[in-house]
Amino acid sequence: MGAAQVRDSHEQPAGFIRRYVFSTDHKVIAKQYLLLSLAMALVGGFTAYLIRWQLAWPETDIPGWGPIGPDNFNAIVTMHGTVMVFFVAMPFLLGAFGNFLIPLMIGARDMAFPRLNLMSFWTLFTASVVLTVSMFVPGGPAAAGWTSYAPLSDNYIYTGVTWGQDLWILAVALEFASFLMGGINFLTTTLNLRAPGMTLFRLPLLVWMEITAAVVFLLSVGPLIAGALMLLMDRKLGTSFFRPDGGGDPLLWEHLFWFFGHPEVYVVALPGFGIMLEVIPVFARKPIFGYRAMIWSTIAAGLLSFVVWAHHMFVSGMDPRLATSFSVTTILISVPFAIIVFAMIATVWRGSIDLATPMLFALGGLATFLIGGVTGIFVGSATTDIFLHGTYFVVAHFHYTLFPVTFFGGFAGIYYWYPKFFGRMMNETLGKIHFYLTLVCFNAVFIPLFLAGLQGNPRRIYEMSSYDFLKPVQPMHLIATIATIGLLLGQLPFVINFGYSLVRGKKAVANPWQANTLEWMTDSPPPHENFRTVPIVCRDPYEYSVPGASRDWIPQTEPEPAVLATAAAE
Amino acid sequence: MARRVRLWRTCLNNRGTAATVLDHLLPINVSTFGGDIDHVFWLIFWIVGLWFIAAECILLYSVMRHRRKAGAVAAFWRGDTPRQLAWVLIPAFVVLCLDLGIDYAGASVWERVKGNAPASNIVVRVTAKQFNWIFTYPGPDNKFGTADDVTSENDMHVPVGKVVHLELESPDVIHSFFVPNLRLKQDVVPGRTIRAWFEATKAGTYEIACSELCGFGHYSMQGNVIVQNQAAYAAWVRETWPRSTAASSSASSKN
Repeated sequence: MGAAQVRDSHEQPAGFIRRYVFSTDHKVIAKQYLLLSLAMALVGGFTAYLIRWQLAWPETDIPGWGPIGPDNFNAIVTMHGTVMVFFVAMPFLLGAFGNFLIPLMIGARDMAFPRLNLMSFWTLFTASVVLTVSMFVPGGPAAAGWTSYAPLSDNYIYTGVTWGQDLWILAVALEFASFLMGGINFLTTTLNLRAPGMTLFRLPLLVWMEITAAVVFLLSVGPLIAGALMLLMDRKLGTSFFRPDGGGDPLLWEHLFWFFGHPEVYVVALPGFGIMLEVIPVFARKPIFGYRAMIWSTIAAGLLSFVVWAHHMFVSGMDPRLATSFSVTTILISVPFAIIVFAMIATVWRGSIDLATPMLFALGGLATFLIGGVTGIFVGSATTDIFLHGTYFVVAHFHYTLFPVTFFGGFAGIYYWYPKFFGRMMNETLGKIHFYLTLVCFNAVFIPLFLAGLQGNPRRIYEMSSYDFLKPVQPMHLIATIATIGLLLGQLPFVINFGYSLVRGKKAVANPWQANTLEWMTDSPPPHENFRTVPIVCRDPYEYSVPGASRDWIPQTEPEPAVLATAAAE
Repeated sequence: MARRVRLWRTCLNNRGTAATVLDHLLPINVSTFGGDIDHVFWLIFWIVGLWFIAAECILLYSVMRHRRKAGAVAAFWRGDTPRQLAWVLIPAFVVLCLDLGIDYAGASVWERVKGNAPASNIVVRVTAKQFNWIFTYPGPDNKFGTADDVTSENDMHVPVGKVVHLELESPDVIHSFFVPNLRLKQDVVPGRTIRAWFEATKAGTYEIACSELCGFGHYSMQGNVIVQNQAAYAAWVRETWPRSTAASSSASSKN
């Protein structure tokens, strides 16, 4: 700590390109991540629309697209998953919020490695371009699912996909490399660039969650980068890592994929929770209940996430004797999450609650995530997973975990930090309309899909008329599709609000929400290098409604009364 | 409004309505172990259902009850003393105990379904390929790979009340053999033979779906398990299997 604080202050570069395109300023890079993730969310949302339309009205042409065949359908499903997890959730929650807030919240002037930060973003940008190009190459885009199980993904003869799958592997590998660099930056910055007085146990919870996510990502992604290379070598050089006819094993890919794939859920979930945890105390005017318990639970969840991966493989053909131990670890994850959720509820309890838009999204995210959490027990138990694995129950379950953290959490973050990002306030009325449309439509999409899953409806089915047992399920798909269209249209108030507020929004003061953490102790938007003078941290981050204080918030920079008294005596 | 009241009254008068809805949440079960799996499902359903409702109610009540009012001040609780933290840790401990209970209940059923299968002399080899189910019976000599093997496409005939062993194989990609009514699902992985078993309790035709993405024809990889009573099954064997008990015994004596 400290070394970077005394380094020479850098002038902001003058040219447009150095300043806004190839910038090393973490705030500019964060906005680039934000724009990229929102642009990719359009692709993700459009693919959701195509999937849902096809499932509700399989015989009709899709408005704005045309007819869709089974091979196209598989490709669209693959793109939806890949785009949403790797190119929306991660850049949104880690790229945009992590980059913007970590230096501001710890009182640093920038990231520890600003040029590495620039490189992380442009690597991700390249990955997005490669993925987008892969959708238009001869042979079509990858169509083996976002999990790309071998041998389906391993040999073009099974799908007819040639370049599409190779480019998919390349895009995903580049994405991993990008967030590897980003994670190193997050961790180094937090460990080394904290302002004087900012001890680890005075860090805002979002910073804890971002760095835990970064560590989990760093430790889990290595095997999958190796796996991606092996898959590419199988395809291009004729090796047989995953091909049984050459002595390889398809299950090896599943192990490598899920060893990363499950921790990845927490890489996304923790920052989403972190955002909710920043918003809730501010709008409840109450300290976080059990701050340290939250931190230890976060770390415990991060550690446990490494020993649960085979719960994706209960019926994969792996030795069935493994299942029970993975079932136990999986279900145990509910304990740290129960602590986090109960503590969040205890934070709300007897607060002074203002249901402003950020708070609505944070509470809505918590309430919705609960469904994702409890349904995880059904699929975490190997026994019930025999029936539920690979059905719409799983689809509904993981959308109920990832959507609340990514979108409810992410939107809570945008409405809350928009003044800090752009120096203007967003419109509250449009924000509330956006919230209620999102809440109602989201639940109307996925509750019916739980019911479809309980009937045994397999996922990734292009059209289900050949099955008699799926006839009663068709109305569920109809409701889900109409609700999906509502959910997508429900994002229009947000788009309008976002654009309109950029130019016409009310000018924001430095600390519009009367919050305590350091990012509010500087201008909105913050100047180049963030702080006019380096803040000195004297307090915990969530001191709201302290008895005897003159107002109901005490910034982290405000000295303790004893210190004040000493200073006065001098 | 009157209509809404009437609707509520109908619901209240039909005391069995909720139970009927729950009865139809899962498809009808026709296997011997399916009831055990469903039992674990309902155990989890009631445990997490009650926790879920309690948590949502407390959250909702709290938000409504503690909306910002002029003059009202929020409580100052950091939740950092053991006494305060107990409000979170004790429920979390209860969650832990219930988790272990669910694990315990699940483990014995898992052992029954996926552990060692009960003995049986009925074996069917299931070959899942893009995009069909091929069922091979060993024929009268009870050996696979001999001339009297019987194959059938997409329809698997089995007797009711008998343990049936399956040997699952795939020549191309991963498929998953899924029969919702039997509560049976098992991935079929190229390069290995995976064993599964079931015992059907009720005659009828039950659909097989592929539940692992296997290519463009994945959606149409439909098949049927045709569960027949003893007489009908015996008749099917008589009609479709080669009637060569003598031929097969002479073939085996030659070897």
